[in-house]
Amino acid sequence: MSSIVFWLLAIIMVGAALAVVVLRDVFRAALSLVLLFLTIAILYITLYADFLAVVQILIYVGAISILIIVAVMLTREVWHGSPPGKLRIPALVVSVLLLGTMIFTVISTKWETSGEPPQQPTTAAIGTNLFSQGGFILPVEISAVLLLAAILGAIVLMREK
Amino acid sequence: MEVGLHHYLVLSAVLFCIGLYGVLAKRNAVVILMCIEIMLNAANIALVAFSRYVVPLFLTGQIFAIFVIVVAAAEAAVGIAIIITIYRNRQSVDVDKFDLMKW
Repeated sequence: MSSIVFWLLAIIMVGAALAVVVLRDVFRAALSLVLLFLTIAILYITLYADFLAVVQILIYVGAISILIIVAVMLTREVWHGSPPGKLRIPALVVSVLLLGTMIFTVISTKWETSGEPPQQPTTAAIGTNLFSQGGFILPVEISAVLLLAAILGAIVLMREK
Repeated sequence: MEVGLHHYLVLSAVLFCIGLYGVLAKRNAVVILMCIEIMLNAANIALVAFSRYVVPLFLTGQIFAIFVIVVAAAEAAVGIAIIITIYRNRQSVDVDKFDLMKW
């Protein structure tokens, strides 16, 4: 059952990602990117990462895709489609070579997997890990500063002179 | 055949390489930003798969994925602000025409 779900999701994901790269209409590419984000959220559920699936839907499907669609609409009228550039063939060669190398490495490595059942639900455990003394409290505060700097930078860049 | 760590890692590699091809080959800056998001999501899938199969009781990979999502959100906001600013000044989102810092 889980393998059927995985293969179905994998086919949809690769198809949606290829559509983002291949489609000439930028708006349709953005819509298939939203489909890709949704299927990644479902893939997180198959990996027992329930909190991360919700975060994926909230941030990627909710926020980032809206940002990208707004950007597409604001920059649309002068630019019809997204044709590939001059570097199409070298880029294809580099990507296929990298893909071959990565797949070879993944297949030939003997991964030390643990047979223990996964922890679930994960929300309380992630919260404890993030905010406890010996946990990740310093990166959490640094990421708060990073988000503030990003918001200020975006506002300063977008402000009309 | 049982789905294991290999399957998720190969799927993540495929998505990463599709995103890499898009970043290298496309000329529309917004599409390049979308392909960067695909690459970040592929890295997230690998992190969560490692977290599930290698250390199922510690969740470290999922916490790393949360920080990757935070950085991706900041990157998307600033990147789209930069693209729209350049579009206002040059009336174009073609990266071949972005040569302001070339001398």
